[in-house]
Amino acid sequence: MPDFTRLHAHEMSRLLRAGEISSRALTEAHLAAAERQNGALNAWLTIYRADAIAQAGAADARIAEARRAGPAALAALHPLCGVPVALKDLVSVKGGQATAGSKILRGYIAPFDSTVTARLREAGAVILGKTNMDEFAMGSSTEHSAYGPTANPWDLTRVPGGSSGGSAAAVASYHTPLAIGTDTGGSIRQPASMCGIVGLKPTYGRVSRFGIVAFASSLDQIGPLARDARDAALLLHAVAGRDERDATSAPIPVPVELLSLPESDDEAASYLKGLRIALPREYFVEGMEPGVAARIREAVAAMEAAGATVDEVSLPHTDYGLASYYIIAPAEASSNLARYDGVRYGFSDRSSGEFIADYLRTRGGGFGPEVKRRIMLGTYALSAGYYDAYYLKAQKVRTLIKADFDAVWAAGFDAICAPTSPTVAFPLGARTEDPVAMYLSDACTLPINMAGLPGAAIPAGLSEGLPVGLQIVGAPWSELSMLRLARAYEGITARAPWRALEPAELHLTDDPTTPSPVGRRQRTASASAEGSGVQA
Amino acid sequence: MAELTRADVEHVAHLARLGLTEEELARLEGQLNHILDQYKVLATLDTAHIPPTAQTIELQNILREDAVQPSLAVDEALANAPERSGDHFVVPAILGGEGGA
Repeated sequence: MPDFTRLHAHEMSRLLRAGEISSRALTEAHLAAAERQNGALNAWLTIYRADAIAQAGAADARIAEARRAGPAALAALHPLCGVPVALKDLVSVKGGQATAGSKILRGYIAPFDSTVTARLREAGAVILGKTNMDEFAMGSSTEHSAYGPTANPWDLTRVPGGSSGGSAAAVASYHTPLAIGTDTGGSIRQPASMCGIVGLKPTYGRVSRFGIVAFASSLDQIGPLARDARDAALLLHAVAGRDERDATSAPIPVPVELLSLPESDDEAASYLKGLRIALPREYFVEGMEPGVAARIREAVAAMEAAGATVDEVSLPHTDYGLASYYIIAPAEASSNLARYDGVRYGFSDRSSGEFIADYLRTRGGGFGPEVKRRIMLGTYALSAGYYDAYYLKAQKVRTLIKADFDAVWAAGFDAICAPTSPTVAFPLGARTEDPVAMYLSDACTLPINMAGLPGAAIPAGLSEGLPVGLQIVGAPWSELSMLRLARAYEGITARAPWRALEPAELHLTDDPTTPSPVGRRQRTASASAEGSGVQA
Repeated sequence: MAELTRADVEHVAHLARLGLTEEELARLEGQLNHILDQYKVLATLDTAHIPPTAQTIELQNILREDAVQPSLAVDEALANAPERSGDHFVVPAILGGEGGA
């Protein structure tokens, strides 16, 4: 038997049903890895050891019962029964802390399960714990967490991406085969890309957001992070679908074919024959690293060689995406975060005894710098006299961005392929003092949120020893086709040498003398404090 | 578009109910103006005849039965409250004077 932590979720599922392994043993192996390596990675904020073992025991009982009852009962079990999963720390788990990476929610205990949590429980998945993230999902590096940054297992001095950086690092480090993230402007895809794993942001409305801490409600979506396309499909299947408690979840059927993506590489690769792929010229942006552009072009060339037709297209409003996104997202955030008033839950400073002064202290003391910046931007953009120039204008630009994509689908293309991030993972501390440089990290992902489309990041090799992610964008509700394409690319690259590589510095995390990224950040912060500071 | 002055930053911070230090206000003035500079590109785009998009999926008027459903018990709802009194959240006094508390 191999190391359990190296198994994919679909392999675990098969072995569990065959009675060859137990969920208890799988769960123990993953908990041990997470606990041993978290000091050096800071990927986890909470590990539910006792509860996870209890869930695993329950899953083992369900599987044993189904095995006794016969093949039909076994087939009725969800494939994730007994399989470990991690949740980003903005997903509510009844009785557990949900900080959203913020000091203002330190100690907040969720009084109910999110719909995603409830559906995972129903499937029988084992929830291992909660992962680190940029505060309120605002960030591209996980450095804006009030609980310290997460390190990238490929290079411990670099960021894992963000905001779902804890989820991405945990999956890449074999602490869990699966994790849930959220993506408002790239927060699943960009960390998946930087950690060398698969991440999928589904179509807006595909997954219920009930019980998830809100950031920007017209953009937020929940999705899977995994080490391959088949695993991502299993997790999406478990959590997707209409939910009465989220009126923005769509009554679109969830395809059962997500459970049976091809096992054989050749069969998977045959999906590429005749497929029409669009390559948007605007996504090879200025400032893109040549190594990233090269890996993306090679990936697309490999698909072409396997039978796909590739044509360059134009998405002419791409250059307006960043500005319009950074109006709409902060505007909605400023409204959503008005709820943190120190009255019903969360951090509360009542030291002055005066209503407005306490309100100012609670929010001023509870939110971190990036969240304050976005609340300020959003409040300004929505304030009297500026609404038309900013928020309304940005919403009109969103119409144009969406129309760019609609034209690609109308022209008969099946998918768009593009880079996920213009760069590989950057060093911890490199962009924390320059918000605009941090925002540029999402230039290739945020237009997809603006258009409400599904987007995936899949590993496409390395540049300078660090992972590069290919982004696949599909038409609304086409997640199944996108994952078939992702699986096809896995099929044609199954024997590529980079496929066999594990994160280069993962072994260092077993060494208790390896410094934690929290300490690393403090060192970089004191170094940059001597520099010029704000760039205006 | 306008340049944010220090007074504007203070005004917006107050609207957003964010208590900021002198240092934070100074940093934000520079950073916000740098970000607002990036917005200028939008003014170059003619959108006079383009309708706004508030959300991208075509769902409208989602209705459900007006039926009574179980909700959180009072103790569960109050469990995270910084301060409670009986079955209530304690809210800081909004109006001063007698009986204001």
